Amino acid sequence: MATISMTVNGKQVSGEAQGNTLLVEFLREELKMTGTHVGCDTSQCGACVVHVNGESVKSCTTFVSALDGAEVTTIEGMANDDGTLGVIQQAFQDEHGLQCGFCTPGMVMTIADMLNNNPQPTEAEIREGLKGNICRCTGYHNIVKAAQSAAATLSGAKQAAE
Amino acid sequence: MYNFEFNRPTDLSAAVDALRGDGAQALGGGQTLIPVLKQRLAAPTTLVDLTGIESLKGIRRMGDMLVIGGGTTHGAVAASGDVAAAIPGLVELASKIGDPQVRNRGTIGGSLANNDPAACYPAAALALGATIETNQRKIEADDFFQGLYATSLEEGEVITAVHFPIPTASTYQKFEQPASRFSLTSIFLAKMSDGSVRVGVTGAGADGVFRHEGLEQALGSNFSASAVDGVSVAAEGMSNDLHGTPEYRANLVKVMTKRAVEALS
Ligand SMILES: Cc1cc2nc3c(=O)[nH]c(=O)nc-3n(C[C@H](O)[C@H](O)[C@H](O)COP(=O)(O)OP(=O)(O)OC[C@H]3O[C@@H](n4cnc5c(N)ncnc54)[C@H](O)[C@@H]3O)c2cc1C
Ligand code: FES
Ligand code: FES
Repeated sequence: MATISMTVNGKQVSGEAQGNTLLVEFLREELKMTGTHVGCDTSQCGACVVHVNGESVKSCTTFVSALDGAEVTTIEGMANDDGTLGVIQQAFQDEHGLQCGFCTPGMVMTIADMLNNNPQPTEAEIREGLKGNICRCTGYHNIVKAAQSAAATLSGAKQAAE
Repeated sequence: MYNFEFNRPTDLSAAVDALRGDGAQALGGGQTLIPVLKQRLAAPTTLVDLTGIESLKGIRRMGDMLVIGGGTTHGAVAASGDVAAAIPGLVELASKIGDPQVRNRGTIGGSLANNDPAACYPAAALALGATIETNQRKIEADDFFQGLYATSLEEGEVITAVHFPIPTASTYQKFEQPASRFSLTSIFLAKMSDGSVRVGVTGAGADGVFRHEGLEQALGSNFSASAVDGVSVAAEGMSNDLHGTPEYRANLVKVMTKRAVEALS
């Protein structure tokens, strides 16, 4: 066992990990943050996506021991400070971008990373960017709409601020 | 997954020392090795994580070569202006690997060391005549790939950099197997500065990546899609699985080569 320290959603945390402890296990079992889901555990579905040092990764396919000192953002870090839904989360609610909601944490984290790199993606770019995220319910149309609506809100907010 | 010691060196010599231990194995981005460990297809006693070694990361141009560090992620290659300017085919290749999350962790060294028969980078390394540099030596791509999942790397040898000669034109045409996101049959086509044309084929061969000499010769004397029509690509030696018969793959080699020629015309 080794002690791993990292910043999760802006807070300094630490916990115990074995060599083979996955980031998602550390988040869910050690830190008791169960917002990040495990859908497949075979690197295919993207339900477990979180950000590590600002980039989206599959937390089921990353060892936490490789991330000592890293900055991690999870779905729990996506709400506003007052607890209301963040822009991307709100867009999912408004556009009916979820049904069972199991894939949603990963979808939100992937879209957040996508919009950081490309604030106004085309529909094709959104679909390409969601390649690593599988949804068994929605058929993706409303997820794409949620991404488009979040992109519009975020770039509108940016323009207003300028 | 069995447990193991996790070793995270910050310099190459410490990594090489750690890899001398019994049962030690290198860990790159883990995008292949972690799924393998979960299936208990490997049981290392120590994993030596290379991702903390800064000297293995980065992209630089050295004369007529582009040098990519062995620990450079697919995402970094896809986003690199230096790569786009020198070898645009490598940007196409890296940006089509898997999905954004795989690209943010997976590395060129891990991809070449693994030599999956459906992986993308081996096609580029072979087509461009890359040199694979390790902590011990330099290996020509033609000698590096040794059949399915096999390479000429020795136990504990680390890929530190890949040196790509800069071609005059290049493209990667991927026909994706949509479930795995790997290549069903893909072509890396390069026009070299000496006028020769090189064709690397991945996903198709029963022994893994290969160059197609017939296509290279035909395109070297007449760089056009119609030149591809005159070449016969044998089904023999192509792999056979539920995604495609050898005949289907042989046909795809020609189709994807034509698309590559058209992309460069
Ligand atoms: C969903 C999914 C889709 C994918 N799609 C594609 C695709 O379309 N095309 C494609 O090409 N690949 C694809 N991959 C594989 C991906 O590109 C991996 O990143 C790559 O095969 C391995 O790189 P890695 O850095 O993750 O290596 P690891 O998984 O960490 O290691 C793989 C092997 O290489 C060894 N190794 C790692 N680094 C080095 C080094 N520097 N020197 C020597 N040995 C080393 C390890 O010991 C291990 O044996 C996909 C993977 C997933 C999960
Ligand atoms: S749980 Fe990580 S990709 Fe499915
Ligand atoms: S909403 Fe159910 S899996 Fe996507």
